Parts: sequence; structure tokens; C-alpha cells
Amino acid sequence: MSGYLLDGVPRHALVLLALLFAVLLAVPFVANDYLVTVLILIFYFAYVGQAWNIMMGFAGQLSLGHALYIGLGAYAAAALYVHYGISPWLGLWMSVLVSAAAGAIVGYLAFRFGVGGVYFAILTIAFAEFARIGFDHWRWVGGSGGFFLPVKNYARNDLLSLRGSPAMFYYLALGMTAAAFIACHALLRSRAGYYWQAIRESPDAAQALGINIFRYKMYAVVLSAAMTSLGGVLFAFYYNNLFPEQVFHISRSIELILGPIIGGIGTLFGPILGAFVLTSLAESLSELMRALGVDLPGIKQVFYGLCLLLVVMFLPEGIWPPLSRLLGLHRARTKTGKS
Amino acid sequence: MTSALLSLANVSMSFRGLRAVQNVSFDVPAGEIVALIGPNGAGKTTCFNVVAGVYRPDAGEVRFDGQRIDGRRPDEVCRAGIGRTFQLVKPFAGLSVMENVIVGALNAAASVREARHAAERIVDRLGLAPKADHTASSLTLPERKRLEVARALATGPRILLLDEVMAGLRPTEMDLMVALFRDLNSRHGLTILLIEHVMRAVMALSSRIVVLHHGEVIATGAPEAVARDPAVLECYLGEEAV
Amino acid sequence: MPAEIYLNVAVSGLLTGLVYGLMALGLSVIFGVVRVVNFAHGEMMSIAMYLAVVLFSAYRLDPLLMMVPIAGVLFAFGYVVQRGIINPFISRPEHSQFMLLVAVALIIVNVLLIVFGPDAQSVQTGYSLSSFLVGPLIIDATKVYAGAAALAVAAALFAFFRFTLVGKAIRACADNYAGALVVGLDVKHLYALTFGLGAACVGAAGCMLVLLVDVTPPLGPAYTLLAFVIVITGGLGSMPGALLGGVLIGVAEALGGLLLAPSAKSMFAFAILVLVLLFRPQGILGKSAT
Repeated sequence: MSGYLLDGVPRHALVLLALLFAVLLAVPFVANDYLVTVLILIFYFAYVGQAWNIMMGFAGQLSLGHALYIGLGAYAAAALYVHYGISPWLGLWMSVLVSAAAGAIVGYLAFRFGVGGVYFAILTIAFAEFARIGFDHWRWVGGSGGFFLPVKNYARNDLLSLRGSPAMFYYLALGMTAAAFIACHALLRSRAGYYWQAIRESPDAAQALGINIFRYKMYAVVLSAAMTSLGGVLFAFYYNNLFPEQVFHISRSIELILGPIIGGIGTLFGPILGAFVLTSLAESLSELMRALGVDLPGIKQVFYGLCLLLVVMFLPEGIWPPLSRLLGLHRARTKTGKS
Repeated sequence: MTSALLSLANVSMSFRGLRAVQNVSFDVPAGEIVALIGPNGAGKTTCFNVVAGVYRPDAGEVRFDGQRIDGRRPDEVCRAGIGRTFQLVKPFAGLSVMENVIVGALNAAASVREARHAAERIVDRLGLAPKADHTASSLTLPERKRLEVARALATGPRILLLDEVMAGLRPTEMDLMVALFRDLNSRHGLTILLIEHVMRAVMALSSRIVVLHHGEVIATGAPEAVARDPAVLECYLGEEAV
Repeated sequence: MPAEIYLNVAVSGLLTGLVYGLMALGLSVIFGVVRVVNFAHGEMMSIAMYLAVVLFSAYRLDPLLMMVPIAGVLFAFGYVVQRGIINPFISRPEHSQFMLLVAVALIIVNVLLIVFGPDAQSVQTGYSLSSFLVGPLIIDATKVYAGAAALAVAAALFAFFRFTLVGKAIRACADNYAGALVVGLDVKHLYALTFGLGAACVGAAGCMLVLLVDVTPPLGPAYTLLAFVIVITGGLGSMPGALLGGVLIGVAEALGGLLLAPSAKSMFAFAILVLVLLFRPQGILGKSAT
């Protein structure tokens, strides 16, 4: 997998990346609000997709209940802000703690008792559903009626309380995505990164080489959960309302895995590329529908489903690997069969 | 026997009522090369798996450097200093050859950089340098076997358990492997326990042979003596031949 | 609370549970033979439920009578899905095939949303409000008929696998894929048949369930999860296990709804799932994995 890292990548690719980043930084100054909100959505999905990717792409555990960590992160920071006036920059530590704990529980129960593969996926769904129903009944955070954050005017950007214009959220989301990218890049080349890939490829061989599988799987799960929770904090303070029915719903879990799957599981650019492609196409579709005067609720999801189907059937690696090969962005490696 | 690096004492292991090994005892002295031979189904790989921590024996003890290791997890066994290969090789298919070996080297190294240096040396030693950046899935079988050995070697073991590494190799490749093991043993003091069917390699390498048949040890000793032992001949060639 | 109420609720849950069991039976059959985890199971059932609603509102045709044709439609659907979407990718890793069905499920739910809208639809037959009085028990007529139908269909399925040539051929595929190929069985066709059968089961179950609950598009995923819980509880690949699991979950849900808040009903199912996955992952009647 390290063929997809920047290390060893020709200089022209690095220059391209820097240019791209410069362009992205300039966006709020040149684009209209609508484009900025679409990009916020894209970077949000890129970020949580990257976080999910750690569990799936690196440690090989399919989680279909990642909405659990988004929800926990969102509610934790929001509750602390609304009830105690605590800034989300402090509140997010609670989010991380709670989500990490949840991830640790899921991981421990799964790995101690040998629950893997599809069973693990179902277990994660069960936990998310648990949370959904549980939060529906929890008065302190609004229950099924919803939890609302006070919305002040957008004239001034209050970074401390994360109240502000779309531009502020845009830079936040962009920053989070960039940070996640760099972090994953570093992780892949660290001991943990090597061990995770070993566990994913062959657990037996990994053990025979001294790798404590339980411990490293736990690291992946807890890290993935913690990272995802920050996406939840962004979600809460950007949308300003939380409903258990929406936040913990299985659709959220499936939404956030579409990017990595379509972009390429286990790669660094996959989640980002997937989020870009999927969201832009979906938004274009919505625009088209609006222009034609057709109102079909659910058409976006049908589109997502079709994309997922086609990618899984015909591009099992995702879009990024063949694209990167086309662009000559990684070292030559011969593989048996088709490249 | 206090000079034995690895010793099995009265090890028994059954699978759902089928006895795979029964009351097996033998020692592997430090610095020696011991071969474990026997017909198919004799229980050789089961012994390896018991030593390596894949199975917990139903009875008996396994001691490494005096400490009991039976029942420990495979990763604990590796960290204790026992490296092993698998009969059916298990490369990390999606990773490159170098990355495969780095994974092994991380066991003994404090950092990824240190592991990379160690891995480079070993990849070179095993003649895999030309294919270092290729994915493991693109290797031929003999190359995969070399990778398997390289990886286990990278963990920095004091004893190496080799499970039929010669099978499928051409004579020239086999000679290279034999030379490598001889060198590792004589110059670096690496103790080796190998399961082998290829008698040529067994005779060339081992100072001691343990023969298993139907899960029991039927002979141990120097290669020449074991080769003439009637019980051994009988188990390989049948009763009438003796 | 007097004992009769518990008994009533339990019996009601048991009958509903038989329908759940039939639904789960379809899932179990598919997994047991084709080794594919059908994530679109509940969604397929919701297709059947909507079909029943349409036929009833247009022609006043009782869903139970329409069971056979609707099951037939679902059979064809299942056959095509297996043949067209899954078979070509049978050699892919498990989670790949799983994702294929996730995609199918997503598409089904939202197409239904587009066609039928989000509002709940139901079927009110002539006997929807009547009930049977058996001693201290007051049992809904719909539940009795649905439960009886479920048993009948399950029995038919058992008989099919036990006594017909095709049924035996399918069991052969499940037991030994390579052997079946060697003997000359058209495994791809048999796989598709099996998926079709599983879909037909769930189609029939849908016809029964539509008498008991209102149908909305999100119902599909909810019942997919329920089917998983039942099958895992009863034992993946075990047909009697699916029925047993269904009954157990039906009763547990009903009693749980009585003892706690009704909206927390499904928490029970999930609690059972977590416990089973942790302590007896092969389920009650399932075979232990090697």
C-alpha cells in the first residue's frame, strides 16, 4: 500500500498538491456561498471517511455503525456547550473520550470474543441502533424532539464557540481533512501502520512475527472512533440541531463509507477523492432535478446506491488506484495478472 | 538437559479425539541444527504449532531457554525468540517484499528506520534485492519461500523453526538455502529446527534427527545412525522391506 | 398486572414471531447455501408488502390469497439479483458481496420512497378487527391467520428440501460446492434458485406482515436487521433455528414492549443479538464453526 504515499512520488505530483491546496484556500474569496457549503459537506465526508478508513482499510474491520461515534461526539460537545457554556474546543475532548470509550467497548467485545467479518459489521450496527433508541429517550439532550444549539448572527465569526459564517466552517473542515491526511500518512509508515496492514493481510503470519493482534486492532478501533467523533463536533456546531433519529441512523453510517469505498479503501487519497466525486455528482443531480422542476425525495440515495453497486462490481479497488497509476503517481510494481 | 535451548517433554495433542502427537519428547541443543522427519501425518507440523503457540498441548511441557512457553500466544512466543515459517507460505500479498520483511524486523527494532536497515540487509542476504519493491503476490513460489524465511529471520530469533522450506525448490536453489542456513548456524550461532522431507537437505544440514511416526518419537540421534535404524526404515518402507 | 395480560401479549408475540421466523427462514436458506449475507432482505419484503397494499387497494384482494403470486414475483426478483449481480462476483471477498447487497438495499428503499412516498400504508381486511376468544386469551384474527400461513409455508419449504430432487440438489451444493460441480449440477442456476426461494419466503412473509403492521419505506432496513438478529440467535444456516429464533424474538419484543416503553422494543432484539454474538455465536441450533 505504500505505493500510494507521497514518499517516492515524483516532484511534479507534490507541486500539484501544493497548488491544489492553495486553490482550496482561496475558494471562500472567489466562490459563492452555495459552493462553499457543498465543499464543507465534501470535506466533512472526506474527513469522516478517512477516519473510518483507519478501521477498515488499515485494520480490516468493516464497521457499519460509525454513526455511533459521530453522534456521541456531536452530543457530547453540544451538551457541554448548551448546558454549561463550555467552548467546543474544550468540549471536543469529552467527545473524543466518550467515542474512544465506545470504540474500546465495541472492539473489546468483538475481539475478545472472536467476532469478525460480517458478524462484526452487524455488531456495529446493533450498537448504533442502541444509541439511537437510547438517545431518543434521553431528556437531558432533547430526546426524540431534538437538541438545539443557539444560533447567533453570522456577521461575526466566533471561533471559540464555533458560531460563524460558512467560510469559517469551510476552513475548519478543510483543516481537519488536511490534518487527517497528514496523520494517516504518518501512521501508515509507523510501526502501527505496518502492523495493521500485516494483520489485514494475514493474521496468522502477523502473530508469528510477534504482533499482538488484539492490541493493534484495539488501537485502530479506538483511534478511528476518536477521530470520527471530531467530525461529529463539526456536524453539531454547523447544523445546530441534533436528532437521534438522524444522527445515529444507519443511513449516516452507510453515507460515510461510500466515499472511501468508491475512492479506494486503504488508500490515503481514496476517501477524499470519493467524497469529492460522490458529493459533487449528487449535488449536480439535485441541481438538475431542481432545474427540471422535478421533486423526487430519495433520488440522491438511489444515485448513491447505483454508484456503490457499480464501483463494487467493476472497480473493486476504488477510483484512486487505477487513477494514480494512470497519472504515474506511484513506484513501478509488477503484480501477477492485471496491473 | 540444561544446555537445550528448546525442549519438549511428554507433549501430547489431540484434535477431536484424533491423537496428533503422543508423549513426544526431544531437545534442541543451542547452536545445533535438528531435523524433525517422518511420513506424512506423523505430527511434525503439530509439534511446530505447539511450540509456536498456535496450539496449547493437552499434556506436557515446552521449555525455551529453561522457561515454560507452552500455552503462550504465538506473538509472545515470537517475542521470546522463536521464529517460524509456515508450510503453506503466508506472505503479506499486498505489501512489497521489503515491507514484508520490515514487519518482521520491527519485532527486534526500536524504530521503523532501524527495522528498514535490518530488513535491507536480510533481503540482500536472501537474494531478494532485485524484487525488493515488488508486491509479494508477484513472486514465484521459490521466491515466496525465501521471503518467508527472510521475514522470520528478521524478527531476530534465537531459534528458527523451518517448515518444509525446501519443497518445490530446484537443486541449485536448495543448495543456496542449505548454504545460507549453514552459514547462519556456524557464523551467527542460530539454532535451527527443521521439518523436511527432502533427505538431501536433512543429511546436509542436521547434526541430529528426530523421527516421528503416528505422533510418536520412534528414533533420535545422529543422521547416520537414524538412517540405519530398523524402526525408521520400517516406517518409511514398510515391514517387508526391513 | 394480571397474568392474562402477559399471556395475551406472549401469544400475540408468538404468532407474530412465526411470521418473523418465516422471514428469517428465507435469510437462513440464502446464507446456508449461497453463503451470501443478504443485506437487502427486509427491503425485498417491503417490496412484497407494497405489492400487497397496491393489489388490495385496487382490487380488494386479500394479501394472504395473493401470497403465491407475490412470492412468485419476489422469486423472480431474487433469481435475477443472484444471477445478475452476485454470481459474477462470487469469488470476491465476503465484505465485497455484502456491499453489493447494501447497494441493492439502498436503491430499493429509496425507489419505494419515490414511488409510494413516506406515509404509512396499511391493509384493513374484513377480519382486521375481529379476534378469537380462547379461554382467557383474546387473539387477533389477523395474527392467527398470519401465524398459520407462516407455519404452512415453512412446512412446504422443509418438504421441498427434504423430498424433491431440486431441493436435494440444492442441499448438495450447500454441503459440498466442488463435489456438486463434479457431479454435474448447474451450481450457478441452483444458487439463483435458492436466492429466489429465500426471496419468495420473504415475499410470503411480507403478505402476512402487511396485515399486522403499517408499511413505510424505512421498514425494510428495520426488518433486515431484525432478520439478522433472528437468524444469528437461532443459528446461521439452521432452518428450524430461524423459526425458533423468530418466535423467541417475537415474544421477547412483545413482552419487552409491555414492560418498558413500546418504542424501546427493538432494543431488546439488539440486546439479544449482542449477547448471542458474544456468548454463543453459532446460535441456539447452529453448528459450531470449525
